[in-house]
Amino acid sequence: MNILVCMKQILDPEVPARDFRIDATRKEAERGSASLVTNIFCENALETALQFRPADARITVLSYGPASAEETLRKALAMKADAAALVLREDDAAPADPLHAARVLAAAARKLGTFDLILTGREAGDWGAGQTGALLAEELRLPCIAFADTLSMDGGKLRVKRQTEWGWELFEAETPVVVTITNDEHNVPRIPKVRDVMLAHRQPLTQFTLAELGVSAANDYYEVEELFIPKKESACELVAGDTLEQKVDVLARRLVEVTASL
Amino acid sequence: MSIVTIHFGFDRAAEGLLGAARRLGDEVHAVVIGDGAEDVARYADRVTAIDMDYSPEPCLNALVPLCAGAKAVLLANDTYSQELAPRLAYRLGGNAVGDGVAIDEKLRVTRQVYGGKAQAVIAPKRSPLVAWLRARSFAPAPLRDAVAEIERVRAAGDAKTKIIERKRETQAEARLEDARVIVSGGRGIGGPEGFATELQPLAHLLGAQMAASRAACDAGWVPPTWQVGQTGKKVAPELYLAIAITGASQHMAGISEAKNIAAINIDPDAPIFRHARFGIVEDYRKVVPLLREKLAKMK
Ligand SMILES: Cc1cc2nc3c(=O)[nH]c(=O)nc-3n(C[C@H](O)[C@H](O)[C@H](O)COP(=O)(O)OP(=O)(O)OC[C@H]3O[C@@H](n4cnc5c(N)ncnc54)[C@H](O)[C@@H]3O)c2cc1C
Ligand SMILES: Nc1ncnc2c1ncn2[C@@H]1O[C@H](COP(=O)(O)O)[C@@H](O)[C@H]1O
Repeated sequence: MNILVCMKQILDPEVPARDFRIDATRKEAERGSASLVTNIFCENALETALQFRPADARITVLSYGPASAEETLRKALAMKADAAALVLREDDAAPADPLHAARVLAAAARKLGTFDLILTGREAGDWGAGQTGALLAEELRLPCIAFADTLSMDGGKLRVKRQTEWGWELFEAETPVVVTITNDEHNVPRIPKVRDVMLAHRQPLTQFTLAELGVSAANDYYEVEELFIPKKESACELVAGDTLEQKVDVLARRLVEVTASL
Repeated sequence: MSIVTIHFGFDRAAEGLLGAARRLGDEVHAVVIGDGAEDVARYADRVTAIDMDYSPEPCLNALVPLCAGAKAVLLANDTYSQELAPRLAYRLGGNAVGDGVAIDEKLRVTRQVYGGKAQAVIAPKRSPLVAWLRARSFAPAPLRDAVAEIERVRAAGDAKTKIIERKRETQAEARLEDARVIVSGGRGIGGPEGFATELQPLAHLLGAQMAASRAACDAGWVPPTWQVGQTGKKVAPELYLAIAITGASQHMAGISEAKNIAAINIDPDAPIFRHARFGIVEDYRKVVPLLREKLAKMK
């Protein structure tokens, strides 16, 4: 079984709000001193694939991004993916829209071989589009299941458990299929061993350019007209009192006040 | 040209979605999958009911012809809507935009980006626009004098993926999205016992529903259906009491509609205090038992 996991490198989403700036002309976040990290849901996807991995399975990781995205792929190899491929994006290109990203990933997937299972994260922690997996499925003319957290095999059939707002659903799926992955307690990404991190740096990496894939670099899905930081901080009243008892008393009263009308 | 709305049942989200569609000014054609067509018919100009047990492939196939020629297609931000919207846009030759908090007559959608730290206005480059919205935060549509006629269609069953089991973890009548009071716990709670022995009884006293941060859900202390935030539930209670939650932007993205945020956190520099109306800097283990005592007396 051939499994492809699509992974995106993004600006660290845990940068605190007070250090976050935007470049209003380029309409994207300023890099500042923030580090680049792998999108968490992509790591959840790889972790899900690693736990599922049937004996004969080969896991390939694929990223479309600037040269720095190699770090994302090396880390994935250290987590024990079998092979990695990078589609190089110009360093100063505008952020890729999800249709463009899906076209690039689809073209690369076709070049890399045939896949029975293609995983993406549910969304990327930068623009949070939440579309690339679904659009990739359309580009490849494949069915798609969203928000999954567990994969298993049962009598030669793929089973996909996915979350809903009220619980979960279990799918039986024919392959090939695209599945987008969300977080749960079982797919928290593993920390690679130091030795594997070192080995990963010596593993080969397949590289493509957009020209080699025959995909245009244009974004033609939608346009970001404005990007701004909303002002929404409010002054917080820290309950006062000489003793804990007094403070909690004020807290209790305030809680009752704001719920009094209910 | 019409605005198509897609509903998986009738609830506050459906009302908000119909409101958003109505304010765009064109004819509103509502498509209902499953129950609720009779209720939707009091708000829409035209209603099509698809008789099916949801499954993505046949549902998508059924929706494409119904949406062809629409100016915009609007959905809510439930699981099924988010699963279908980008694919529907692709098949219609349009573009999708997700998690919208506003939409204007030029079909520009405002949404949070960068984990809630920024907002973007996204303009379509293709037609139709397929948008999934935080439908509950839109004002409902006015009731119409007339009730629209319901056209019924069936979706073909055969599919490469099928749902073989469904499990409800939460009660339909106790939706977090509709809760008026929420008690929510984070990683600082320290384990499932804290949720069970400290927070649950507090929630009971406040008539609140329980929620959690991603960190608490990922730890397996509480079910994933409790997660609030950018990739969890979007809630709008009168009171959101955040206990041992830092207040990361991705968490705040789910509670931007809360009327009052209150916080219990041991760290005075926790970002949650920049959003809360009131709070206490203290160990929750000391505060919550006392708080329960006080609240019980005040009842
Ligand atoms: C793409 C993306 C999407 C995300 N989506 C979501 C989402 O939907 N929802 C979400 O919640 N997060 C989400 N996150 C994660 C988010 O960034 C934070 O990591 C997470 O919210 C942190 O949870 P927490 O505040 O419970 O934990 P921590 O950050 O570990 O905070 C624990 C808090 O508890 C306090 N504390 C500790 N002990 C005590 C005590 N005894 N008494 C009182 N206070 C105490 C500490 O001071 C601290 O403030 C997302 C992240 C990404 C990248
Ligand atoms: N440039 C990219 N390279 C690899 N995978 C990507 C890229 N962009 C998006 N994806 C995949 O699509 C998922 C959803 O991204 P998005 O639609 O941008 O929210 C991510 O979690 C990745 O798995």
